[in-house]
Parts: sequence; C-alpha cells; structure tokens
Amino acid sequence: MADPTLAGRPNTPAVELAGIRKSYGHHEVLHGVSLAAQDGEVVSILGASGSGKSTLLRCINMLEIPDAGTVAIQGEAIAITRRPGQPPRSADMAQVGRLRAKATMVFQSFNLWSHLTILENLVEAPVHVQKRDRRECLAEAEALLARVGIADKRHHYPAHLSGGQQQRAAIARALAMKPSLMLFDEPTSALDPELVGEVLKVIRDLAAEGRTMLIVTHEMGFAREVSDRVVFLHRGVVEEEGPPAELFANPRSDRLRQFLSREGWKTSAPC
Amino acid sequence: MLDLPFFLDTLSTLIGGVPLTLQLTVLSVSSGAMLAFALALMRVSGNPLLDYPARFYIFAFRGTPVLVQIYIVYYGLSQFPVLRQSMLWPFLREAYWCAVIALALNTAAYSAELIRGGLNSVAVGQIEAARALGMSRPLAFRRIILPQAFRQMLPAYSNEIILMVKSTALASTITLLEVTGLAAKLISQSYRPVEVFIGAGAIYLTINFLIARLCAALQTALSPEKRAAPAPAQSPETEAPRHG
Repeated sequence: MADPTLAGRPNTPAVELAGIRKSYGHHEVLHGVSLAAQDGEVVSILGASGSGKSTLLRCINMLEIPDAGTVAIQGEAIAITRRPGQPPRSADMAQVGRLRAKATMVFQSFNLWSHLTILENLVEAPVHVQKRDRRECLAEAEALLARVGIADKRHHYPAHLSGGQQQRAAIARALAMKPSLMLFDEPTSALDPELVGEVLKVIRDLAAEGRTMLIVTHEMGFAREVSDRVVFLHRGVVEEEGPPAELFANPRSDRLRQFLSREGWKTSAPC
Repeated sequence: MLDLPFFLDTLSTLIGGVPLTLQLTVLSVSSGAMLAFALALMRVSGNPLLDYPARFYIFAFRGTPVLVQIYIVYYGLSQFPVLRQSMLWPFLREAYWCAVIALALNTAAYSAELIRGGLNSVAVGQIEAARALGMSRPLAFRRIILPQAFRQMLPAYSNEIILMVKSTALASTITLLEVTGLAAKLISQSYRPVEVFIGAGAIYLTINFLIARLCAALQTALSPEKRAAPAPAQSPETEAPRHG
C-alpha cells in the first residue's frame, strides 16, 4: 500500500489530494484516494478502465466534485460546500475558475472549440479569463503552435485537422494559460495508432523541460519513460505507487502484475 | 384566361401592402425572439419554478391557432376595464399592435423550443473545455455555448421566419390592409380571385425566397469550419514542375 505522506518535503506540493471519495448513485468510484505531486514532477496514473483514474483527475479541477476529501493546488485548498442530502458543490466559483486556469486539462477527445480557429482557440481563455493583452497572447500562441509543430494550421478550424494535430493544438491551448500544473486525461486514447507518437513526443518534451504533470494513460512504455512516479489505481484505491523502474520491474501486488501482463507493456516498444 | 393588364395593375396595388407585411414580420419576429430567448433560458435553467411556467406558455401558444390568438388580443382585451384605462390602451386598441403582439407571442413559443434545441445541441466536451480553462458559467455561455447554439439553430429559425411572413396574412382578418388584406379588398371589387391571389402568392413567394437566401448566406458566413480548409501557402516545392 502506498503511503501518500511525503515527510520532510521542502516545498508545498503543486497538487495534493487527501482522502478523495466520489460516488455515482450507490456506486463508489473512489474510496479515499490520496496523492501529491511536487513541482516539476511527472506522475502517471495507471489502472484498468473503471478504476477511477479519470474521475480522480477530474476531481483536481472540479469537473467532478469529490464527496469527501480535499484538493489543494499549490497549497490552496478548494472550498467545497457539503450538505447532507445534497450533491457537493464548489463553494467559491471564482476560486475554482482561478485554480482551473492554473491546472489546465487536456482531454481524451481534444474538445477544441469547433467554431473558433486553432489560433482563436489558444487565445480565447488567456484573453477572456486571464484578461491578458490580446496581441501579446496571439504572439505567444503562434510560438506555441510552432512548438507543437502545427504553425501552418493556425487559421484552420479543428474539423480540418487530424486527431493528432487537434490534440497537439489542445496541448498548446492548455499551455497558453501558463499553468503551474497540467492534467492529461488519456491524451492518446482517441487517436489512430499512427498518430499517437506525435502527441507523446510533445508531452515528452514538456516533461523534459520540468513541467508538473499528471497523466492518466494506457501507454505503458511512455509512462515508464517520462514519469518520475507511477500510481496504480485499482477499484478506487491506490494499490501501488513508486518510481517507474521499480514498479514496472518488480510489481509488488498481484493486481499490478496482472494489469501489466494484460496490457502487455513489455511488448509495446517505447515510442 | 389570365388578364395580363389587370394582373399587372393588381400586382402594383398589392405591392403597396408589402411594407406593412414586412413591418408586421420584423416587429413580431424581433420582439418574439427576445421573449423566446428568455423562455429558452427558463426551460434550460433546471429550476422548476422557471421551467414549468415556460413549458405551459409554449404548450398553450403552440396548441392553439394563431387566428384565435389574434382574435383574443384584438377582440378579447377590450373586455377588461383595467386594460382600457391603462397606459397601454392606445396601443392595445390599434389592430396593428394587436397583430404584432399576437404574432410575437406565437412565434416566441416556437422559437423558444428552437433556441432550447440549439443550446442543448452543444456538445458536453465543448462546455467542459471552457470550464477546465477557467471560464465562469456566464462567460462560457456567451463565448462558447451561444455562438455554437446560434449556428445550430439558424436553419430551423429561417423556417420560422418564413412561417411568420405567411402568418401576417391573418392580420387581414382584423382590418389590416397588408398584402392579403389588399387582395381581399381587390377581389370584393373585381370578383377576379385568380389574378389577385396569384399576384399575392407571387409576392409572398418572392419575400420568402429572399429570406431563405439571406439566412443561407448568413449560415455560410457563420460556419467557416464547414467549408474546405484554407489552401496551404504556396511554396516553390509544392508547385508542379512543367514539362515542355
């Protein structure tokens, strides 16, 4: 069993979850999950479908509001109102908005805004949420698009791009907010196999520059390569947690061993 | 059969009714759209105290004939002394405003459902992306949901505008001399319904043709994402070599 308390750490963690529980109806998906990521750390969250890993990620930016437990981003705990008999609500929407802009999410299905060009997608939130200068944002957006390799698509609409290009644009859109933390919710699961590599390359570059990232993924080779730490979630609890080399080479729990062999990660060559 | 000189003469008389037909349409559609927007917001609010009154309104106005609604406004309201003494009476006693009010109330019911459909058609992922990037609900509504909903509902809404142009013909039953009112008057003078009604029909057809084209043009202008991708910038290596 993993111990989430990282005693003696010098800094406030970039994100800290403590005792997160979440139910849908009578079905509890998360049974008290605790997890922390330090600044600059890349944490991969693995688990079978239904293990609650996407729900956990969505609890961090309050797309799902946990029934119990706390979420703190850079030491600031998100205020949640919980009354018996009512679904939990975020108590302070302004706070949630501010923290979401710090912890931006990249979705499995990209979710680029279909009525805006790629460039407009990138400047929309910086201009209207962060109230930054539009011209400055446009210049930054151009640079970000160049960085993810789709500068030539800046005036295209999302529908005109391949899945891999759309996901790279979505990553650039998340970067445009200058987040302190990035959340990736199965960023390559909706892609054709030949497009997975180009997206992983972008994420790998981000890891290399020391960005704090939480990545929910099924790409075992990738998780092993980029992560500082891997968390294995099973049926809503952290079953095992540790450095990737250790965890992949010597899984302690039977469940992780079964999971890894089912995913056949050893055969999937690192991209 | 068709008396051409009489037909042209009729047509020029009927065209005199076009401004009134257009006024009734524009006033009722624009004020109806505002009411419809409020009703649609009530419908999607998730609050039963707002949702159910809006539902009842839509139920009542979609379930009764426009003609009955016009009669209720024109003949019915004068029964209420409160209204006769109110500041609104100078408006409510005019057939013109009664027609505008009745048509607006009617189109609001239909349009509210069109707007609601447009709002509901916006994919959950589009809204989640807005939230995940820190947008407040009002901001996400204004910047993401509304523009997408508007594009989605425009084809159905152009249909509603066309229906409204045709509904203005009913204003002729309460003394207004718009295109149909003039046509009825001409027939009672000439007893030649074929020329007169063909003329009236041709006028409505022309108006609606123009409205349909205008809406289609607006739809195209607002949906660049449905057009072909912009052509890549010309670069030397993409130009096909010419062989002599």
